[in-house]
Amino acid sequence: MNRRENLKLLLAGSFGTGLILSGCGSETEKIAHQPAFGEFGSYGRTPEEIKHNELLKSTTFFTEEERKKLDILVDIIIPADETSGSATDAGVPDFIEFMMKDIPDYQTPMRGGLLWLDHKADEYFEKKFVDLTQEQRLQIIDEIAYPDTAKPEVQAGVRFFNMLRNLTATGFFTSEEGFKDLGYVGNRPNAWDGVPEEVLAKHGLENDPKYKDVYLDIATRGDLAQWDDEGNLIA
Amino acid sequence: MSIQIQSSGEEYDAIIVGSGAGGGMASKILSEAGLSVAVVEAGADFDPALEEHRTQLRFPWESPRRGAGTVRAFGDFDAAIGGWDIEGEPYTRGKDSEFDWFRSRMLGGRTNHWGRISLRFGPLDFKRKDMDGLGDNWPIGYDDVKPYYDRVDRLIGVFGSKEGIHNEPDGFFLPPPKPRLHELYVKKGTNKINIPVIPSRLSILTRPVSNERGVCFFCSQCNRACQVYADFSAGTCLVKPAMKKGQVDLYTHAMVRKVTTNDKGEATGVSYVSKADMKEYKLRSRVVVLGASACESARIMMNSTSKTHPNGLGNSTGYVGRYLHDSTGADRMGILPELMDRDRYNEDGVGGLHVYTPWWLNEKNLDFARGYHIEYWGGMSMPSYGFGGGMDTMRQHIKDEFGNPSVNGGYGAGLKKDIRTFYGSTVGMSGRGESIPQYSNYCEIDKSVVDKYGIPVLKFHYKWTDQELKQAKHMHDTFEEVLTSMGATILGKKPGPESQYGLHKPGRIIHEVGTTRMGDDPNTSVLNKYSQAHDCKNLFVVDGGPFVSQADKNPTWTILALSMRTSEYIVDQLKKKNI
Repeated sequence: MNRRENLKLLLAGSFGTGLILSGCGSETEKIAHQPAFGEFGSYGRTPEEIKHNELLKSTTFFTEEERKKLDILVDIIIPADETSGSATDAGVPDFIEFMMKDIPDYQTPMRGGLLWLDHKADEYFEKKFVDLTQEQRLQIIDEIAYPDTAKPEVQAGVRFFNMLRNLTATGFFTSEEGFKDLGYVGNRPNAWDGVPEEVLAKHGLENDPKYKDVYLDIATRGDLAQWDDEGNLIA
Repeated sequence: MSIQIQSSGEEYDAIIVGSGAGGGMASKILSEAGLSVAVVEAGADFDPALEEHRTQLRFPWESPRRGAGTVRAFGDFDAAIGGWDIEGEPYTRGKDSEFDWFRSRMLGGRTNHWGRISLRFGPLDFKRKDMDGLGDNWPIGYDDVKPYYDRVDRLIGVFGSKEGIHNEPDGFFLPPPKPRLHELYVKKGTNKINIPVIPSRLSILTRPVSNERGVCFFCSQCNRACQVYADFSAGTCLVKPAMKKGQVDLYTHAMVRKVTTNDKGEATGVSYVSKADMKEYKLRSRVVVLGASACESARIMMNSTSKTHPNGLGNSTGYVGRYLHDSTGADRMGILPELMDRDRYNEDGVGGLHVYTPWWLNEKNLDFARGYHIEYWGGMSMPSYGFGGGMDTMRQHIKDEFGNPSVNGGYGAGLKKDIRTFYGSTVGMSGRGESIPQYSNYCEIDKSVVDKYGIPVLKFHYKWTDQELKQAKHMHDTFEEVLTSMGATILGKKPGPESQYGLHKPGRIIHEVGTTRMGDDPNTSVLNKYSQAHDCKNLFVVDGGPFVSQADKNPTWTILALSMRTSEYIVDQLKKKNI
């Protein structure tokens, strides 16, 4: 039985969630055994979760100026290269915008960190960070991008940049663009038959011969399992 | 206002509270015997085959938080609707006590997201007191449960391999999947240090066991609940089929407050608050079966006070809630340099580990009692929230073609390339072990706090003992040995006594059992060996509550086997008119 047939069979047998009449006595009330509360939305959200997501999306955390700065920063962290596009190409700033509201603990370090960059820019170049040349921006970033060697007096900046690096990397590599970059080819129906032979050879490994007849033979994965009384698979 | 919704005289043969592993199995067995059954579930209906409930095969960008665990504890796509903290359903803790309580409010309960690790308890596991003098023996042994394990295997399906290990009994196994690459490295390493690694035993259909469920298509997402029912979830594999074939009414959004009793002290049904209108309803039945989870069932019993049961139902000797225990747990991870810059291929596999280490040191005179098994993880799994993080500390482990290590932190094309290189190179392991049940670890009713349904809540009292701490220490010694044997770079510091050797807090492994333990002596147990209450003959418990001890095995398979056994006993006792 293939997956499509599986689905058809299962859907045909699934239940509605309607009202069921209980009992038949005069005191019987018509009650909902399975009351429904609103609609489930995209990706299997409960009605409460939909409301929560909508609420978070209805407000904006970053000011326009902050957003401009964020766009510059995420593309410094993940620029376009020969393999894939940049963080902004992959929509990372929108993801970070959402996370600021999803995990409010991010808000103060993010807002403060962005301003800290302006303080540094002002100190060094008497300008705002966004108005610096790319070379000047990187001069500041280089002071906070390497935690093992950064000076103690810029630790606040280091922590901010660690946070931003994490969010940017996650935002990029969990996007469609990032999946292509990474070469992730799963999340789809398939039949796992072990590590490909050429990969095994490369690593000098093999599947334990002892289990040769025990492991799933994918050619039989549609066949109904049957056992003898001792639990040996006979079909 | 209370409404008597069932007219007088109208009653079910059985009311089952909860629709997880225990309640689900009871609904099947009881309805197939021709009984009329009501399944009362606190959460909503759930069916992963319905498009609007489906989270399986979705990409991280379908979630605005990219799968982060902000709303659902195990990530936005996890099937569990509920969590450690549920709005309006608090619980409290005693002084210096730690316990976190995970609840899934939905049809099928926690079986919708569980790890599907399906291990039989072995002969030693039912009689541990005989070995170490701690805790108590079960009133039953492996031979009593074996026929039920056999039937559960064939009914629900579990893959594995026949190994002939005395305390890891073999069953009726489906073929296991071949190992992933990191799992082959685990096997190669552990061979050198004599730690066994065998195919895992998971209730995932690598081949069909019936025409009603599909087979695994290897997306690795059993925790999201399977749209073709290729993994075991109680709602889709037991309750819904029972509704289709038998006289089963499902009540959802129904929060059971108490078991009602008559003057003779017998159960007469349940009283519940409907979340639809916040009104209280009563259902009547000849038998009440609690499968609401070890702690929730204990809560219902303790809240079921009456003239004949002033301390609550089943609680005449005060043992309800006592001996609450969870599995121990500790984890460690490392980086396998050989897995950097790997060839890409679809390595999703089944939803969980393809190999594991069963406890290998029985009767070896260690400085702690009982044991643990080891679960392994790693591979090129689907990126989700958190992916690519930690480069401020881990990037140093990535080397260029000349062997020069990268500098921690950084940015730019080099960082991007390093994350690509790093992908799929981490490998980790989790020890899951047996704790010693303690009388002093318990839950009770907190009379000063009610939930939003007006029902008094649970208060937890729980502390680990030296036994569990020493076991966690042993786990970490083993983890380092295993990682070293594989040639892995071990990440992080080995936790010491200051952090309880990395032992997770009680409750975190979500294997809580023991609150209504079975026993032959009514003075020291709540239920008899058929999980029938000593002081209320038509009340039964079919979740993890009846466990006397929990082995290092995940409890679900034993819950299913015992629920089947109890349900058949109920049918038998009804026929004999004993209840």
